[in-house]
Amino acid sequence: MSAPATTPGGRRASRAGPWIVVVLAILYFLLPLVATFEFSLSMLRGVWSFEAYKSVFSDTRFRETFTFSVIAALVTIIVGSLLIVPTAYWVRLKFPKLRPLVEFITLLPLVIPPIVLVFGYLRLYNSSSFLPFTGSANGTYVLLIFGYVVLSMPYMYRAVDTGMAAIDIRTLTEAGESLGANRITVLFKVILPNVRAAVLSGAFLSFAIVIGEFVLASLLNQPAFGPYLALVGTHKAYEPSALAMIAFAVTWACMGLLQLAGRKRTARRVAAPLAVKPNQGSQA
Amino acid sequence: MAAAHEADLATDGARTGPVRGRAPRSFAWLGTAPFFLFAALFLILPTLTLIAGAFQTPAGDFTFQNIIGLFTPQIIAAYRISIEVSLASAGLGAFLGFFIAYAIVHGGLPGSLRPLIVTFSGVASNFAGIPLAFAFIATLGRIGLVTLFLKDTFDVNIYRYGFNLLSFWGLTITYLYFQIPLMILIITPALDGLKKEWREAASILGASTWQYWRHVGIPVLAPSILGCFLLLFANSFGAIATAYALTGSSLNIVPILLYAQIRGDVLYNPNLGYALAFGMIAITGCSNILYLWLRARAERWQR
Repeated sequence: MSAPATTPGGRRASRAGPWIVVVLAILYFLLPLVATFEFSLSMLRGVWSFEAYKSVFSDTRFRETFTFSVIAALVTIIVGSLLIVPTAYWVRLKFPKLRPLVEFITLLPLVIPPIVLVFGYLRLYNSSSFLPFTGSANGTYVLLIFGYVVLSMPYMYRAVDTGMAAIDIRTLTEAGESLGANRITVLFKVILPNVRAAVLSGAFLSFAIVIGEFVLASLLNQPAFGPYLALVGTHKAYEPSALAMIAFAVTWACMGLLQLAGRKRTARRVAAPLAVKPNQGSQA
Repeated sequence: MAAAHEADLATDGARTGPVRGRAPRSFAWLGTAPFFLFAALFLILPTLTLIAGAFQTPAGDFTFQNIIGLFTPQIIAAYRISIEVSLASAGLGAFLGFFIAYAIVHGGLPGSLRPLIVTFSGVASNFAGIPLAFAFIATLGRIGLVTLFLKDTFDVNIYRYGFNLLSFWGLTITYLYFQIPLMILIITPALDGLKKEWREAASILGASTWQYWRHVGIPVLAPSILGCFLLLFANSFGAIATAYALTGSSLNIVPILLYAQIRGDVLYNPNLGYALAFGMIAITGCSNILYLWLRARAERWQR
């Protein structure tokens, strides 16, 4: 009654189109996965086997580089959270006027391609500069982590800022202070537990980005998983498919955990962190 | 910023009363210092130093010579193919992603389909880089599953018809694997903003489906769609890992040329490398500025 144009018959007819679109989309998105999986199983002629996976897992370089990237991702998440959470809290509490500027800065890594960023690092922080990061092995590692923090900033900040929008940080802060807590205690004991789901969302997304990252690791000569993947791709036939399936599984795991973390509170807002950019006006 | 400080001092004093009122000057700004310092050192300065380098001779004097130096056949060709791949993958990605998003939002499909597809889009839009290249080699490479299937079943050898995964179309099809999901993720909120009541109102007033789209649907969605297109464009313009793993250096796109330049100064002029990077920033920067402007327009309908 409220929709005179969509008669029952018309509605049935209009549903065929959407179904065709969705089925074609599912085909396009599943085919490469099926093909990759099939390819990864066919290392031995004539039979399906997990030989390619065995070959991958028995490669010490795989274990070393994968471990390196997992640790780099975890360090990135810790450094990124320590940088972003207090900033988002402080800006919301004290300098609401600065929020658009902070937001703009955190979105810049989507504008500046990673290859340009690392090129800038190499020019600015070479061994003869005022901060010779690339002059030592440890310095280069720190530079890699900072680069990863920059790459994950758009996602981390959006997730955390959205999380803070959902709770009343001002009242929570005042409540904490009137009970005698200082700002640091309030931040870690009151605010952080309340935005934990948001931080986790940002963390899983950062993990997915960092684990297979190629350009920064490659140009900073780090023994990371991304450059290892590129190397395997140039001289192995079946292992790359097995690695692609492993990478896909890792991405799935991250996104699955992200969904779980996001479901708790700000389910719809954090569930699709990439969608936050067009969303932000309606949230502000 | 000074005004913000004073306002802050006032509220701070009012709230905490005499206990904390003894602090004559607020050091509250220190709380944001780490962030701004970090952003300056690892985001702003590295970018500015490249932009400055693009307008300098190796000795440090100001010059336009590097920018002029970009206009060689090799570099123009690189920009051209990069822009073409980005336009094609962004255009097709936006077009196809829009229809998929429309189907799951307004298509009257089972409600469980939408979270499924949105979740998968979250995964697929992050499944870029080198593994994606591997997946497409296994699918559409010379001995890929689909290639062999078409050859064995329909006797169609796509490689004999001029298809090549290591080419413009090969790269575009591969990029679509993360472009379409990204489009679905960012256009879905805009489609949610397309209220059912508008359609009902239009049809009560006697509008046909075509008139509804011509006068309501498209004008409301156009800024969002165009904005998404620009974001997708910048997204593929800066991407390198997939193309690198897929084509090695056989497809001469700008990020790959820049990668080779950083690795081994293939242009034999470091400052030309900075100009190359400056060109990339200029292009992604322009498309993002347009995107922000369009988004501000689009948001009027999403409240």
